[in-house]
This record gives sequence, structure tokens and C-alpha cells, in this order.
Amino acid sequence: MEMWITQLFNGLSVSSILLLIALGLSVTFGLMGVINMAHGEFTMIGSYAAYLTQNASKAQLPERMSDAYFPVAPAASFLVAFAIGYLLELLLIRHLYGRPLDSLLATWGVGLVLQQIARSIFGAPNVAVNSPSWLNGGLHVMEGVDLPYKRLFILALVAVCLAAMYVYINRSHSGRRMRAVMQNREMAACLGISTRRVDGMTFAIGSGIAGIAGCALTLIGPIGPNIGTYYIVDAFMVVVLGGVGKLIGTVLGALGIGVFNTMFEWWSTASLGKVFVFLCIVAFLQWKPKGLFAVRTRQLD
Amino acid sequence: MRGLWSDRKRLWLLLGYAAASAALFAAPLYLSDFRLNLLAKFLAFAIVALGLDLLWGYTGVLSLGHGVFFGLGAYAMGMHLKLAASGGRLPDFMDWSGLTSLPWFWQPFKSFPAAVLLGILIPSLLALFLGFFTFRNRIKGVYFTILTQALVIIVTTLFVGQQAYTGGTNGLTGFTELLGSPLRSDGMKSALYLATVIALIAAYALCRYLTTSRMGKVLRAIRDGENRVRFLGYDPATYQMATFAVSGALAGLAGMLFVLHVGIISPSMMGIVPSIEMILWVAIGGRGTLVGALIGTLALNYAKSGLSEAYPEIWTIFLGALFIVVTVFLPGGIVGLIRKGAGSVRKKTGRGNAHHEPDVHPVLRGSNRSV
Repeated sequence: MEMWITQLFNGLSVSSILLLIALGLSVTFGLMGVINMAHGEFTMIGSYAAYLTQNASKAQLPERMSDAYFPVAPAASFLVAFAIGYLLELLLIRHLYGRPLDSLLATWGVGLVLQQIARSIFGAPNVAVNSPSWLNGGLHVMEGVDLPYKRLFILALVAVCLAAMYVYINRSHSGRRMRAVMQNREMAACLGISTRRVDGMTFAIGSGIAGIAGCALTLIGPIGPNIGTYYIVDAFMVVVLGGVGKLIGTVLGALGIGVFNTMFEWWSTASLGKVFVFLCIVAFLQWKPKGLFAVRTRQLD
Repeated sequence: MRGLWSDRKRLWLLLGYAAASAALFAAPLYLSDFRLNLLAKFLAFAIVALGLDLLWGYTGVLSLGHGVFFGLGAYAMGMHLKLAASGGRLPDFMDWSGLTSLPWFWQPFKSFPAAVLLGILIPSLLALFLGFFTFRNRIKGVYFTILTQALVIIVTTLFVGQQAYTGGTNGLTGFTELLGSPLRSDGMKSALYLATVIALIAAYALCRYLTTSRMGKVLRAIRDGENRVRFLGYDPATYQMATFAVSGALAGLAGMLFVLHVGIISPSMMGIVPSIEMILWVAIGGRGTLVGALIGTLALNYAKSGLSEAYPEIWTIFLGALFIVVTVFLPGGIVGLIRKGAGSVRKKTGRGNAHHEPDVHPVLRGSNRSV
């Protein structure tokens, strides 16, 4: 029983990070038909932004305030990833709209370049971000079950991001414009929506959220230039499983992948677990080829 | 006029083929041992590129999983060589992992013909299996591509994880002999090189036959408008599955030759980066043209062996930049560039009929928009 709860909690924790990464992927794919393989690198950028915030606060602030960087870190991660994402959209992505396979290859190249730049700046070995002391330890639920504060904090962070994203998409003016462009680009443009601006903004927000995921990852372990590649394929599987462009689909997809991954790895070995998850996904797609929640459309292609 | 032109073109084409094959067959005479080995390795890669081009350039299905098919072929040959090198005893890494007898799935690889057969069959059956469960459900485009990438991850983690059966991260190495004669001898090296050239020519002939036949027309039609093909009464899934299987088989064949030339196979050679590098071979040479796949493979690998040894960091950035430049600015690859150049020259001299050859391939004009 204790093991069950612990494993479920671990699965939930993995899901929450996958969810943050997959959110941006799902939205950019749904909106612009662009597959962003460099998305994992925004996670990496977010991690290093948190690392730099920590170093800056270490250098500037007295010893007893060494944890003060922490509340700033997610914001810094978001902003840096947001800015770089906006720049990338401006320079490259907009030439690739509606060409998913080409965009996949080009952005993979971008990812490779970004990784190498990170390696040149920060070095190939992993670096550690010291999490604040008040996040050490865990919540004692029952005999043998301790939920680490760090992972609880990540869950809370993800919940806040998700709520903000929901409000943004469904309640704000720019969110409404985004939905309009996603449903019918030409018509939205006719009604005076600047689709260029919507695209740029959406891509940047997706990148920023991936940056927050990177910040969350610094709590779990050391970070390196390749950290994005560990998560990117799983994040894509979330999009495939959940369907494109729907928040609820991404949430359920992330839950499914995260929990099943952890469970299968617990029941068998880490390598066999991945095989089972893959087979499950292929089997699931036999039933729902477009994922859990597909946007209904009469379009053929 | 037109007939004359195409006759002359055909003559030039045949002459070109003859010259290229002659140059390849004569390579052992004018290349050093090291250079010959390098060329042999690249020619094996070119076989993968042909298969990929058939799948991506002609059918419009992008697979990021060809590293797996390549690796499975390579492991099949590697297992045979390992068993031959161990000479009846258990391979060394199994000993270290505490196995006492040879696992059942290693048994068939004792015989060379069975190993060769399985090295081609296993990848193509895997491709057929994956294709059956995806194409038939109209899971295509990006979804398919992502699934193939996931396939790469699970297969590599599986091979790393099952150390006792696969040799783990180190892979299989320490080969000594093939069919009773030592692998390192000069005669064996030349023979293996010639075998690779023959395999490449056979693969080229097969792909050329497939693409110029009626099937090739259907493949291109699937690429440019899958649903229209369906409405015309063809079943795109069958064609896609067949092409995927052929492509996987070619990758397996290439993997077997690769192991013979290089003498090692490990999971890192079938991972995500090698798989996607294979795509770049085709992209840079010119997708949708078989010659392009060959040119791209040779050009990129020679560039890599020159650059990456001297400056590994620059190579990674160069590789990334190449991906961006080729997809955004040069979708036709090297062959597309040459055709464009030849077309404008022809227009200037007023010779020939340049308008018969579109300078950009249809697949590159945004017709692959279906997701």
C-alpha cells in the first residue's frame, strides 16, 4: 500500500513536469502546424536561467539570504525562455508554418545549436542548483509514506501555471484571439485579428512555460545541456495521446504517460517499462487515432 | 526533337552510371586501406539513405527511426561474428553477466546465411508491424514521425538495459573472423568493400525500379495528395507499409555491412542523433531523387570525418545550422540546386525544354501540408 501511494505520487510528479513541457508543444502545433523539436531546449534554457539567478543572488546578497533567489527563479526562467522563444518565432518559425515535417527538422537543428551553445558557456558537466533549505524534508502522510516538499512544490507550481493558462486561453482577450486563429485562421484574419502577433505571442508563451518546467527540474536534480532531450519525446507522446490544441487533452495525456511510465518501471525494469508504455500508446491509437480530444473539423487534409 | 533529347539524356545517364560504378569498383586500386575502409562505411550508409529517400522523398513519410532498423541489422551480423569469435564458448559479456548457456534467440545466428536473412527480415518485419498499426489507422505525418522517434528511444534503452543478452552500452565488438577467414586481412577487406558496392548497386537498381514503375507513381501520388489516391481506389496504407518494410530491410542490410567494416556496434550508433543524421543525408542531397541520396550521404560524411575530428564543437553547430539552412532555403538539396542551375543555363541558350522539369519538387511547394 505504501509503495502504491509513493509510486502514484512519483508518477504524478513526472506527469506534472511533462504537462508543462507538452502544453507549449500542443498549442504551437494546433495553432501553426509547427512541430518544435527545440522545445526541450527551452526547458534547458529555463534551468540555466534558474542557475544563473542563484549565482547572481549568491554574489550579491549576504549569506543568510541565500534562499532569496528562489521566488524569482521561475519568473526569470519564464522571461528568458519567453524572450528567446519570441526571437526564434520571429527569425525562423514563421517561415515554416503549415510544414510540420520541415519545421521538425529545422527546429531539431536549432535545438542542436542551442545545446552546443549551452555546452560552450556552462561546460558539458551537469551543474547543481541548491534548492532552498525550507524545501528539504517531506510531508509525513503515514507509516512509510513521505511526500517530499520539493515535489509537492512542483505540483503546486504546475497547478498555478495550468490555472493561469486556462484563464489566459478562455477568459482574456488575447486568449480569445488565439482560439479564433486556431479554429479558422483566414476568417480570424478577415475580422481584423493580427495573426502574426497572435502566433508570435503564443509561441513565446509556450516556450516560457517550458522554461518554468526547466526551473522545476532544478529542484529534482542537477542540470546539463542535454536535459531537454530526456523529456522532449515523452512530451510529444503526451501530445499524440491527448490530442492537439486542447488543454484537457494535454492534462490527461500527461497524467497517463507519467503514471503509466512510473508504474510499468516499478513492475518490471526501466527498459522494459518503456517498451510497455510504447505498446500501450500504439494500442490506444488504434482506438482513437487522433488522440483523446481532437478538435472536430470538416477539413479533409 | 523531344525524343532525340530524351535519347541523348538516357545515353548520358547510362554513361554516368557506368563511370560511377567503374570508379567504385576500381577504388581498391587507388585508395589507401584507411580511405577504402572509410568509403566502404559511407557506401553502406548510402544504402540506408536510398531506403529513406524511397520512404520520405517519394512517399512523403518521414521516419526518424531508421537508426533502429540499421542497428537491428548490425546486431544480427554482430551476433554472428561474436559467436564465431568466441568459438563455441559463451560470448565474454554473457559470462560476465552470469549467463550459463546461450539464450534461444542467439542460436540461429550461429549460421551465416541465417544471420544475413534475419538481419534483413527482422527490421522489415518490425517496420511492417509498426506500419500495420499506424498507416492502416491513417496515423500519418507528424504523428507517425514522433512514434518512430519513440521507437528509437525504447529500442536503445532496451538494448542498454538487457546487458546480459545484448552487451549493454558497450555493444558487440572483438570480432575476429568471417566464414573462417580473418576479418583484418587485406583480401577480406577488399572483398567486403566489393560486396558493399554490389549491394549498393543492387539497392539502387531496386529503388530505381520501384520509383519508375507504376508503384512509384502511386507513391508520389500518396505524397502529394493521399486522400485523392484513396478516392481513386488505391489503398495508400498498403503502399506505405510495403515501402516502409523495403526501407527497413535496406537499412538492415546497410547495418550488416557497416558492422563488417567497422567491427563494432553499440546502442549509441542506433540512437536519436544517428537516426536524424540519416535524414540530413537525404535532405542535403535532394529528397525525391535517388542520386541525391547518394551524393548527400557521401558529401556529409566526408565533411563530418574531416570536421568532427579536428573540431567536434564546430561540427555540432555546423550540423544544426545545416538542418536549418537546408529546410528553409534549400529544400531541393544539392540536386535541386544543380537542376536549377542547369535549367537557367538551358533557358539562356534556348536549348531543350526546361519547363518539363520543375526546378522545385512538388513535395517542397507546401503540398505536404496534411498533418
